[in-house]
Amino acid sequence: MKFIFDSNTWQEIFGSIGKNKTRTIITVIGVLWGIFIYIALAGAAKGLDNGFERAFESTAMNSMFVWAQSTSMPYEGFKTGKSLQLKLEDVNTLKNRIPEIQYIAPRNAKGVFDGAPASIVRGQKSGTSPVYGDFPIYTKIATKKIFDGGRFINDEDIEQARKVVVIGERTLKELFEEDENPIGEFIRVDNIYFQVVGIHKFIPGGGFESDTDMYIPYSTFKKLYNTGDNVDWLTIAAYDDADVIKAEKDVKAVLKNIHRVDPKDERAFGAFNLGEIFNRITGFAKGLTFLSLIVGIATILAGVISIGNILLISVKERTKELGVRRALGATPSEVRNQIILESVFLTVIAGILGIILGAIVLSLIDFFTKGTDFPYTNPTLPIPYVIGALGIMIFLGTLIGLIPAQRAVSIKPIDALREE
Amino acid sequence: MIEIKDLHKSYKMGSNSLHVLKGINFNVEEGELVAIMGSSGSGKSTLLNILGMLDVLDEGSYTLDGVPIVNLNETKAAQYRNKFLGFIFQSFNLINYKSAMENVALPLYYQRVGRKERQEKALQYLEQVGLKEWANHLPSELSGGQKQRVAIARALAAEPKVLMADEPTGALDSKTSYEVMDLIQKINDAGNTILVVTHEPDIADMCKRIVHLKDGIIVEDKKVDQVRASQYV
Repeated sequence: MKFIFDSNTWQEIFGSIGKNKTRTIITVIGVLWGIFIYIALAGAAKGLDNGFERAFESTAMNSMFVWAQSTSMPYEGFKTGKSLQLKLEDVNTLKNRIPEIQYIAPRNAKGVFDGAPASIVRGQKSGTSPVYGDFPIYTKIATKKIFDGGRFINDEDIEQARKVVVIGERTLKELFEEDENPIGEFIRVDNIYFQVVGIHKFIPGGGFESDTDMYIPYSTFKKLYNTGDNVDWLTIAAYDDADVIKAEKDVKAVLKNIHRVDPKDERAFGAFNLGEIFNRITGFAKGLTFLSLIVGIATILAGVISIGNILLISVKERTKELGVRRALGATPSEVRNQIILESVFLTVIAGILGIILGAIVLSLIDFFTKGTDFPYTNPTLPIPYVIGALGIMIFLGTLIGLIPAQRAVSIKPIDALREE
Repeated sequence: MIEIKDLHKSYKMGSNSLHVLKGINFNVEEGELVAIMGSSGSGKSTLLNILGMLDVLDEGSYTLDGVPIVNLNETKAAQYRNKFLGFIFQSFNLINYKSAMENVALPLYYQRVGRKERQEKALQYLEQVGLKEWANHLPSELSGGQKQRVAIARALAAEPKVLMADEPTGALDSKTSYEVMDLIQKINDAGNTILVVTHEPDIADMCKRIVHLKDGIIVEDKKVDQVRASQYV
């Protein structure tokens, strides 16, 4: 292995590579393309992965919604079709009985699933908005970004059933002038005066939320719409390491128990499990990463084979030169090492160029998709992947270099020098 | 310097074999300038290839500078060639992407001589063949005679025991041929042993001894009065 660190060896290799520029460039393009595809694909897959994560970042990944429907089986003397209603006390029961639950937020809404949206009026301006009755704990599950100067509903709002409201960006535009500070101003919601305490930033992420949503305290909602202890649905977040599918089953079982529903009744309570869907999406992203790995390696392989092919041709082209070298005293192993090193060197150079090119393309895509809702963020590739790819290339470059090297050695100097 | 006893060589051509060298006995002393002559097919190139360790003999023995050349594998042959022999070819066989100096330095590279020393020596030999100012030119920028002189400098660079020239003037016009022969004579005057394969009588006459080969055997081996090439230059 000493020859690798011998500067003379490298002078010979630079000499023969540098003086055959066209060949070198063509050779390099094959592997460059391969590693470029690998880097671009793997990075794009990672970017999509990150993008999905960003799209879900406003909501806890392992959260679910649970709502009541009506029974589909008779139970304990009740007929089929008994309509069910979630109650505020269910929250504590669930929290006590199911250890996987981290947060649980009961929610009421008007103008989302049923009922008319609330009318909102300020001076001459008016509009309509869905209105939610919420607890502060809701922000633990779904992040609500509140613009500077404002706040979300707090515990005192709940206790005193304050008439305060957090409005959306669009509502702000509809009711206020551009340079007005809405915080502390009053608006009429269904003919009751509410004080605006915050503006929430709407993050598009699917679901039923919108930029006109208004949040008021649960207790205020209860008084305003006379809903008693009713809860429209529960938003539940499990602990990070909990199995969300099991948690969903447990929640339903407990609710069936409380509301005296047949444990086998599948239709009594509905649930939308964000964790499960998120798992599916990350699974898709993982599959994509794996696919890009396979495609990338296959392309690198094709590139390396093309290097071998071109070196094979070049060995044939250089028959005479190699013969002269042998006549001048090059041993077969010196010739072999030279060809292999040429192969490895070309592969590595091509690989590094491919990595650089791939990185440039990735950051270009990142640049152009920034600010759009295309799920693509921060397309990076872990360093070990890159080093691994380089390692594979050195290995394959050596392996494939063996073929032309063996061919070069098998040419007898006498045959190489024979006059045509 | 060279001792050959009862040398036989045949080539297999499909089913029948071609007996090229049929018992050659041949000695070369140090400082000799020997012309090996013969028509094509006489076996003169085969003899030179065996002497140059580019080919192996079938029968007989070959001793070079007291070293018996037997059981050569490629690696050993390469080392011996590097140590003992310098080659001059009809078509020069310079490496076309290397400058004159790099070409001359190549045998020294395979002797593991450092880069600086290699270049110094190469320049020194280029000076000896009168091409010092062409050191950084590529072979494609040199004339035929100049190329052959670079090749001669390359052959000399390894300081071999024997120089082997295979039709060194075959690709040159007669004026350049004489210039090249003049150079070869001068190298010989300095004490180098040189073998020249040629089929041109005037080139052969410029050597000190002529060996005639015909159908694989030596038919004539005579010392001649050397014609100095310098008188034609």
